[in-house]
Amino acid sequence: MSLGPEASVTDEKTAPTADAADRPGEQAIAGRSLKQIAWRRLKKDKVAIAGACVVIFLIVVAILAPLLIKLLGHPIDEYHNDALDTELGTGLPKGALGGMSWEYLLGVEPQTGRDIFSRIIYGAQTTLTVAFLSAFLSTLFGTIFGLAAGFLGGWVDSVISRIMDFLLAFPQLLFAIALLSVLPDEFFGLGPRWSRVGVLIGVIGFFGWPYIGRIVRGQTLSLREREFVEASRSLGARSGRILFRELLPNLAAPILVYTTLIIPTNILTEAALSFLGVGIPPPNPSWGGMLSDAVQFYRIDPMYMIIPGSVIFITVLAFNLFGDGLRDALDPKAR
Amino acid sequence: MARKTRVLAASGVALALGLTTAACGGGSDDDDNGGTASNGKSEFGAAITSVVNPSTTKGGTLNLWSSQDADSWDPARGYYAFVWNLNRLYTRKLVDYAAAPGKDGLKVVPDLAEAEPTISADKLTYTFKLRSGLKWDDGAPITSKDVKYGVERVWATDVISGGPYYLPNVLDQGQNYKGPYKDTAPDKLGLKSVTTPDDSTIIFKLAKPYSDFLYLLAMPGSGPVPQKRDTGAQYGQKPAASGPYMFKSIAPGKSVSWVRNPNWDPASDPIRKALPEAINLTITTNADDLDNRLLAGTADLDVGQTGVQAAARTKLLTDNNLKANADAPNTGFLRFADMTPVAPLNNIECRKAVIYAADPTSIQTARGGPYAGGDIGTSILPPNIAGSDTNYDPYNRKQGKPQLDKAKEALTKCGQPNGFNVKIAARNNRAAEVKTAEALQASLKAAGITASIDQYDGAQDSAIGGSPEIVKQRGYGIIITGWGADYPSGAGYMQPLADSRFITKNGNFNRSEIKDPAIDKLFDDAAGETDPAKAAEIYKQINQKVMDGAYVLPFVVDKALNYRNPRLTNAYVHESFGMLDFQALGVSDGK
Repeated sequence: MSLGPEASVTDEKTAPTADAADRPGEQAIAGRSLKQIAWRRLKKDKVAIAGACVVIFLIVVAILAPLLIKLLGHPIDEYHNDALDTELGTGLPKGALGGMSWEYLLGVEPQTGRDIFSRIIYGAQTTLTVAFLSAFLSTLFGTIFGLAAGFLGGWVDSVISRIMDFLLAFPQLLFAIALLSVLPDEFFGLGPRWSRVGVLIGVIGFFGWPYIGRIVRGQTLSLREREFVEASRSLGARSGRILFRELLPNLAAPILVYTTLIIPTNILTEAALSFLGVGIPPPNPSWGGMLSDAVQFYRIDPMYMIIPGSVIFITVLAFNLFGDGLRDALDPKAR
Repeated sequence: MARKTRVLAASGVALALGLTTAACGGGSDDDDNGGTASNGKSEFGAAITSVVNPSTTKGGTLNLWSSQDADSWDPARGYYAFVWNLNRLYTRKLVDYAAAPGKDGLKVVPDLAEAEPTISADKLTYTFKLRSGLKWDDGAPITSKDVKYGVERVWATDVISGGPYYLPNVLDQGQNYKGPYKDTAPDKLGLKSVTTPDDSTIIFKLAKPYSDFLYLLAMPGSGPVPQKRDTGAQYGQKPAASGPYMFKSIAPGKSVSWVRNPNWDPASDPIRKALPEAINLTITTNADDLDNRLLAGTADLDVGQTGVQAAARTKLLTDNNLKANADAPNTGFLRFADMTPVAPLNNIECRKAVIYAADPTSIQTARGGPYAGGDIGTSILPPNIAGSDTNYDPYNRKQGKPQLDKAKEALTKCGQPNGFNVKIAARNNRAAEVKTAEALQASLKAAGITASIDQYDGAQDSAIGGSPEIVKQRGYGIIITGWGADYPSGAGYMQPLADSRFITKNGNFNRSEIKDPAIDKLFDDAAGETDPAKAAEIYKQINQKVMDGAYVLPFVVDKALNYRNPRLTNAYVHESFGMLDFQALGVSDGK
């Protein structure tokens, strides 16, 4: 093994690159980029890979939702009285486990007979869209303001930092409930579902950026005093170049990691808002909304609550495991 | 009857002949309640048609529970149906509803009055004579002046708000009376239309004949109040008792307890049984916990009587032993949707398309099914009101399926063969109404009608759904709502819903904005008609005219699945409240 700069962070014994493999007999002493190293580490982390697989699976399911429903389910707002008990008048699904059958893979909702399978995968669309886009929004704001605060310092830093403190101390869930209940149900001709998705993305994204902003600011503060920045500056580089060519690439790792870790938080926030009745308007499903509907049935039809509950649990867990794995891979010192 | 749950009902909005707002009513039809009850034996629905466990055994403590506190114990301020029912324990009126199951309970009989009033030939003067020996709980005599003072308090909405506001519409007659607290007369009895020549006589003078007048006098707010003990807004903390029980303590939001009123004379009261030694009411916020206590027998009755929660409902419906102690009476409410004049629902054929496309069964199931939700509604008059006909089904809804071919036909006639867009408005604090809206939305989709659901703030109902201007502005085509009468007469029930003169800027309940001179005229005819049978015939015609116009989509005739402790005696459903008659209840084990 070489004692090159990367040696401290890698201990693979196999031939690491294609280049090296082309020249058999030679010891694998090849320069590897940070990306390659991280990728190798990540590949070895089975738990993180499993998390990533679940995440990818969910994304595929969400994208293919209309097709899957055509093949395996029923339209999300189709009522099936025939799948419910009407004889005794309880309105509960017929059959065991909340009415699970080949016809209804995950059973049906009590009192409406809507197909839970269809609603779960349509809910995945909503949930993942909200989670990803709001995470993206947080990251964008967080990076811009964090960089500005850390790099410019002075009064800009003071102002941005105070705003971040303010937002972090803000009772965001209460604010979101108040805001969502006064906003119109539809705008920009998006229809009630995507309008509300847009609002959720805005609200969750807006309140999420200080978390990333603080980390970016802190990293920037330490990086801007480093030699390579000094060198760049002494060579006459302008602020723009220093920011985007020198600082930002060095911030990529923490930003990426915190983005993946903020996604599960966003999923939970969206579920909480839907649970509290200010999420996606009916009949469009969302996991939190399904959970909220299920509360009054949890003792008589537990499957109705278990299904959206476990889907939320699995999704959040998968994102967290993947995010942790990514952090370990990109930043081994944090181990 | 007063509103049943927390709905609001904008009291004080009334118009012309005094019909305010909302809410409930009572009654049951004599139909499919699961078998005939006989011999007072308990079986499912037995208390609807007969007295279960008839008994005269005194003693024991009645343990009532509730998942919400009373709006007020002041008889003039309470508006919840269960509070009106509980008022029978401590508030007597000149006349009150008879203590009997079935239609007999809808009769108003003398209570404080020794007999039916003497009504003058022109039907304008009602003279009541009080029974002798009537006493308050402190031993003071109950006089006609106490009755007049109690009636006058209804005017004082600036001090004691919240109760029904019918009497001023009938008795103010231009005097512009401000209520006893601002009365300039030395004895505070300045209302001119009511006179008290002596302590046992009270005379009401009306400006024009009003056949529903006695129903107004049977409301708790028309009961007597001793002027000396009136503390205005604080009166509800310690109301005086004229009935068999008096308040021992009131802990707001927690509990209430009543004990026997030693000055109440059973011989003077033909209505009340007064069997238990004491009555306790415990208020909880956990409705599921309340259900569990009921089923376990540690609570006797849920006074809300709005039906058990989903978990207990399943237990009740699937366990025959439990079911034998349950009833699902009609609450007197109709659940329905108003179709407003927002285009294209200003076209009758488009309205018909909505009615035909709606799936009666999925909406019924969404509301809780045939027992907890109610029977499929077919017209706007519920069965406890004279003139209603349960076989009248103009849109063939009872068969339970949507009629898409007829809906398509109506759509073509309406000039919208490919369907149209419509907004459904539902109150956001009513889960069942939102579920109803969703079910309606799904069934309209099958006919090509695209509906979106707007959930508005239910606490602002009278200013949003009740404002024709806001409805138009927001484009609500269909408004999900519910309605029950404050007293069981066709005018009391239907006039606010269908008379064009009742359309108001705020707190409107004629949300379909029905403007049909023929219907208005029929209401006038009915008001002048003193023969109940003939009046019923007129109400029947009004009902048909409203349904012919397809203004309203009836969902269900509301029912509530309630459980009663098997130890309760004299249990029967009182039709005017749509719930058990609380004053009649006793306990069989003496505990």
